[in-house]
Amino acid sequence: MSYFCAMNRLPHALIDWFGKRGWALHPHQQAMLDRAGDPATLLVAPTGGGKTLAGFLPTLAALTAAPRPGLHTLYVSPLKALAADIRRNLSTPIAEAGLPIRVEDRTGDTSYTTKQRQRADPPHILLTTPESLALLLSYPDAPRTFAGLERVVVDEIHALAESKRGDQLMLGLARLQSLCPGLRRVGLSATVEDPPALARFLARHPDRCAILTADPGPEPDIAMLDVPDRPPWAGGGGRHAIPAVLDAVRAHRTTLIFHNTRAQAEIFFHHLWLANEDSLPIGIHHGSLAREQRLKVEAAMAAGQLRAIVATGSLDLGIDWGDVDLVIQVGAPKNVKRLVQRIGRANHRDNAPSKARLVPANRFEVVECVAALAAVRDHDLDGEPRGPGPRDVLCQQILIAACAGPFDADALFAEVTSAGPYAALSRQAFDACLDFCATGGYALKAYDRWQRLMQRPDGLWQLRDPRAARQIRMNVGTIQDTDTLKVRMRGRGGTPLGEIEEGFAATLTPGDTFLIGGEIVRYEALRELTVEVTRSHSDRPRIAAFMGTKFATSTQLSARILDMLSHDDWPDLPGHTRRWLHLQREMSRLPRADRLLIESFPHEGREHTCVYGFAGRNAMQTLGLLVTGRMEAMGLHPMGFVASDYAVLIWGLDRLRDPAPLFQSDNLRDGFETWLKGNAVMKRTFKAVAHVAGLLDRRSAGARKSGRQATFSSDILYDTLVRYDPDHLLLQITREEALKGLVDFGRIEEMIARTRGRVDHVIADHITPLAAPLLLEPSKVPVFGAAQERLLADAAARLIAEAGLPD
Amino acid sequence: MNDFAFDFHGIRLHARASGALWWPARALLCVSDLHLGKSGRIARRSGAMLPPYECHDTLARLEAELDATGARSMICLGDSFDDTEAAEGLAPDHTAWLRRLIAERDWFWVEGNHDPSPLALPGTHHARVTLGALDFCHIATEASGEISGHYHPKARIALGGGATTRPCFLIDADRIVLPAFGTYTGGLATTDPVLSELMGRDALAVLTGRSAYAVPMPRRQRQSA
Repeated sequence: MSYFCAMNRLPHALIDWFGKRGWALHPHQQAMLDRAGDPATLLVAPTGGGKTLAGFLPTLAALTAAPRPGLHTLYVSPLKALAADIRRNLSTPIAEAGLPIRVEDRTGDTSYTTKQRQRADPPHILLTTPESLALLLSYPDAPRTFAGLERVVVDEIHALAESKRGDQLMLGLARLQSLCPGLRRVGLSATVEDPPALARFLARHPDRCAILTADPGPEPDIAMLDVPDRPPWAGGGGRHAIPAVLDAVRAHRTTLIFHNTRAQAEIFFHHLWLANEDSLPIGIHHGSLAREQRLKVEAAMAAGQLRAIVATGSLDLGIDWGDVDLVIQVGAPKNVKRLVQRIGRANHRDNAPSKARLVPANRFEVVECVAALAAVRDHDLDGEPRGPGPRDVLCQQILIAACAGPFDADALFAEVTSAGPYAALSRQAFDACLDFCATGGYALKAYDRWQRLMQRPDGLWQLRDPRAARQIRMNVGTIQDTDTLKVRMRGRGGTPLGEIEEGFAATLTPGDTFLIGGEIVRYEALRELTVEVTRSHSDRPRIAAFMGTKFATSTQLSARILDMLSHDDWPDLPGHTRRWLHLQREMSRLPRADRLLIESFPHEGREHTCVYGFAGRNAMQTLGLLVTGRMEAMGLHPMGFVASDYAVLIWGLDRLRDPAPLFQSDNLRDGFETWLKGNAVMKRTFKAVAHVAGLLDRRSAGARKSGRQATFSSDILYDTLVRYDPDHLLLQITREEALKGLVDFGRIEEMIARTRGRVDHVIADHITPLAAPLLLEPSKVPVFGAAQERLLADAAARLIAEAGLPD
Repeated sequence: MNDFAFDFHGIRLHARASGALWWPARALLCVSDLHLGKSGRIARRSGAMLPPYECHDTLARLEAELDATGARSMICLGDSFDDTEAAEGLAPDHTAWLRRLIAERDWFWVEGNHDPSPLALPGTHHARVTLGALDFCHIATEASGEISGHYHPKARIALGGGATTRPCFLIDADRIVLPAFGTYTGGLATTDPVLSELMGRDALAVLTGRSAYAVPMPRRQRQSA
């Protein structure tokens, strides 16, 4: 009892320290102190609401009232940088108020000796990431390291819950809870659409979890940026808005300019800099830049030296950079929740409203931005419900458990199902994962002698070869790195600039120029997996291809857009966009939520068909692949297609007369099953699943091989499994992942359910207003199959002829 | 065009889309780098348990090639087994399958770096096999008229925006390098300096897959001054 009293009262030294700064506790911070003894608490608060401090207050109170050695509180955040930032922020009050508390961080950047020492002599508060926690739990001395642990604080839990990192973390917490049964959990989240779901994710199943909601502050000041020039018909760069953006930067202290992709951020930054006649200090920040470059920008930002930063999702989270007073979002936000979180990056110090301006990058995005503004005003956040915990992460957890020591399968099953995401896991599914880890889980039993895990006579499972633990530890984690190459300035100790994808690097020849970190560089040579470049003065650089996520417009936002299109008129829209929609209605029809609009028209000697599915980019891309597959079977000779968030446009030799059979759900689903097996998306997904589940090593103990004939592509393994073991666990997982991710078939099904075969087929004499921008979209997809062989034959003949060789 | 026919030291040969080399005048088929038993060896050495179906797949494709050509002689150009233990540890049904294929023709095992010692299987074992003007060995030397394997060459060809990478034969006036035939085999890019130095200026790469396509061998990009 006395213990909890201590936990909900702040130490006097800290109260004094607060007092000197004129700070008082926010109600949600006091509420966290009051609930210090609860098994689980979720705090939902806007950025900068002092939520991180709220998470730590009970710890500071308890450790001051009853000082003791050993680990007391574990803090987990999605970013290494955030852990370091929190260490600095916590250290100040602790030092100045003279509290007897030691705080340290532990991430991939922490030195080996520090890590060793931390395992034997942990600090009171340890700040870390899900991956570093998983590693700590894989050591046999984990019970000693975590002895006495009382609290765990999960920061930015909404972001972690969006990926497998969150599933891994919850399995880690389940393990911690077994080691420290009294462990209490706190989750800190930005505004989300479904807090109870996040609370179930966090809490030990079936513990209850209170949800505290901080005062969201005043309503944001959010509108379209006033741009005199019209946005272009297609594209995503937002270049037309550069003068207006520069004016806005001049009128504010610090502006964050968000883009949806790294490539767009690079192009925009380049042109912004060309137009920046007053030489305003402006930086760029995204995930493909070298760490040194990013740190430099972050330091300049923290010191208030920058007037603007062009950024991507890498700045969505965390690091507290006080003085931002304007957020500009270039391009449609795609997702209302992320927009709200980005808006929150502005003005969060005082109680002023956050100010944000949207810049639609093309004509259709004007409609989407207006719909998103309305959604923000209505507090209508979007989000897909989280599926059950993925089984590849569970496989990795089983291997991690085996690294820590022999385990009992029943006990591990009980532990795993206490994690929210795995609460509904069946014993059968668990056993299949255990069998995969032990024997490979193949229909053909080939590895009796070489099992990875074996069962001892006493029934416990252990690694057959204890040396395997090292390799398993090296591959802990669920983050997928794409194959990238580092880019450096040529010469001794050349500055690292960032990374480009291997695929893009392969298309470069010496002399080619491209943009990275806002600089134009010239490709010189590839030396030991590093791309060497020099500065260039070219004014037509190519754009480096970055993997980055391509967000699809959310279901909820798409529904709002369809609703808008059903209005008679659009007084909220700028004149150009309003006239465009009226013209579409005169020439064809406007898409409706309950009907599927399909237009067919000739254009430049080809027959075109445009399908307005409004299912988001990934699903529309899948629909394009499926429909062209069927059209090829029908002899319509499709030649290619291009997909956007709202439509797919297909071109080919023959006109589509009756689209209805193409879109019957049975037809689509049958075609889908066959198509899916051979799809490149499946192979890419399989590779990721195989890495997480531990079939393939992402990193091996030796250095990266230079001669690569010894390694072979995971595509071969995928093809082999599909042919000989189609029901294998990893293929089941791959299919589940692909369905919700890049393939997104679920949204095609949603589209079919919403339109129920009600197809409006408009045959027009020429291209329609709404279809026109699609022709300008990049990333057109050629239809392959027999076509790739024909292309290869043509290419071979051409190369032979060019070389002057006899055929 | 399911294979690519060419003359080498006065002899008509076919680079087949499967990756096998066919000498019609002698009814001789040649494949390289089967790497049978690879998944077992990986499990033994690293603990990784890859899908254990590659042996079946390689033998099935090999049998299909023997049937399609009606080969009366067969040369396996080395690295037929991933190592000696793999050769001895082949599953009984795979051993029986292989013995049946061997029994129907003259069978030459050329030794490779992975399988240097004689095998318990029937067929004759050689460091190299010379037939008329042609010399069959595992790793290419300076000599002319050699047919070898070892490097698992693969070539990458740009196709309007995208690219495709395929295992390939490398052919010049002096030598032929075969692609790896085994299912679990990767490749060494033709742009690798080792292959660029090995092969003459006029070398062709014959891409394998559904059909065979000959192109000038893609080479290492020359660095600008």
